[in-house]
Order: sequence, then structure tokens, then C-alpha cells
Amino acid sequence: MAMQAHEIEDLIRLAFPDAKISIEDLRGDGDHYSCMVESAAFLGKTRVQQHQMVYNSLGGRMGGQLHALALQTRAPKS
Amino acid sequence: MLDQSTKDRIQSDIDASDVVLFMKGTPVFPQCGFSAAVVGVLSHLGIKFKGVNVLDDDSIREGIKQYSDWPTIPQLYVKGEFIGGCDIIREMYETGELMEMLNTHGVDVNPQPVQS
Repeated sequence: MAMQAHEIEDLIRLAFPDAKISIEDLRGDGDHYSCMVESAAFLGKTRVQQHQMVYNSLGGRMGGQLHALALQTRAPKS
Repeated sequence: MLDQSTKDRIQSDIDASDVVLFMKGTPVFPQCGFSAAVVGVLSHLGIKFKGVNVLDDDSIREGIKQYSDWPTIPQLYVKGEFIGGCDIIREMYETGELMEMLNTHGVDVNPQPVQS
């Protein structure tokens, strides 16, 4: 059972209240999204750590219920 | 929980080569778009790497996700360090960070001439 874009955004926002989030459904099938997340929580973190933080916010759905999420993360420019 | 024997097998795969890609399929026949994308980047850069086909062994397929705390395949390791999955490798390639990281890790890089 795929996910809706707003479900993904809600989960990420729960973990990153300050985040700027943009999500695009790449194929309209609810299973292939691209997502950009900008949050101060990423400051000083490596890309791997940033992505792990987002995956954790999705509560284990990544790679299961959510098949493909082309993820980009960044910290706000200081 | 990652059992010790699976962990040991993963560790020996990672230690067996400077650059190791846990992927779906083989470098010659990738069986997933994301794995194929990383194989494409590595081949374009002329990087020698060892492909580990996780489709051959479910305990490796699941174990590698616990090993690195990363939920998806492919996974790239350079000199034992987890570098990232498809998104990160692609982004590092586009920004030039991938070559820089390979150089700082002392990995032999000889880019293929790009066919125009």
C-alpha cells in the first residue's frame, strides 16, 4: 500500500517542525517521490546522517511501504 | 538483530576490496534502476569495484541494512566506510565530491573518455 505525499510531509514535519519540505510524485503512483528537506537540525551533520534522520522520521516505511524516495537534504545557509 | 555470522560475511565482503557496492543484480546485469545508476557512475569514472548481489542471499540483503542503519539498496562502501545510496552517490558525482572523496581515500581513479 503506497503512501500519499501529505502523509510523507506530515511525518517529516513531525520530526522537523522548522523544515522547508517539497515533495513531488514522480510517476503519480504514490510510490516514487522526490523530496527536498531543509532544516537547521541538519547543521553539522553528514549527508548520510541527514538522510538517516529523515528515514527515521518515516518510521521504517522507507524501503518497504515507500519504495522510492529520491531524497535531498540541506541545512539552511547561515 | 544482525546475527554474527551474517555480520562477519558482510565485513569480509567490505574488506575484500577498496570499493564495494551492495546491489541488486550484478555490475554487468543490474536488476534495479537505482543499482544501475550507481554502477553507471562508477563505470563512467573508471572505478574498479566489487559488486555484491544481495538478491543471491536474503540474510545479506536484510543484514546490510542493519549493518549500516540504511533502509535501501544499493549501498556503496569505500575502504570500509559507508558512503551512501543512489541519491547521495548521484549528488556527490554531480558536485565533484565523489572524485574528491575517492582521492582522499587513496582509490585509483582513471576516468573513461566521455564519448561525445
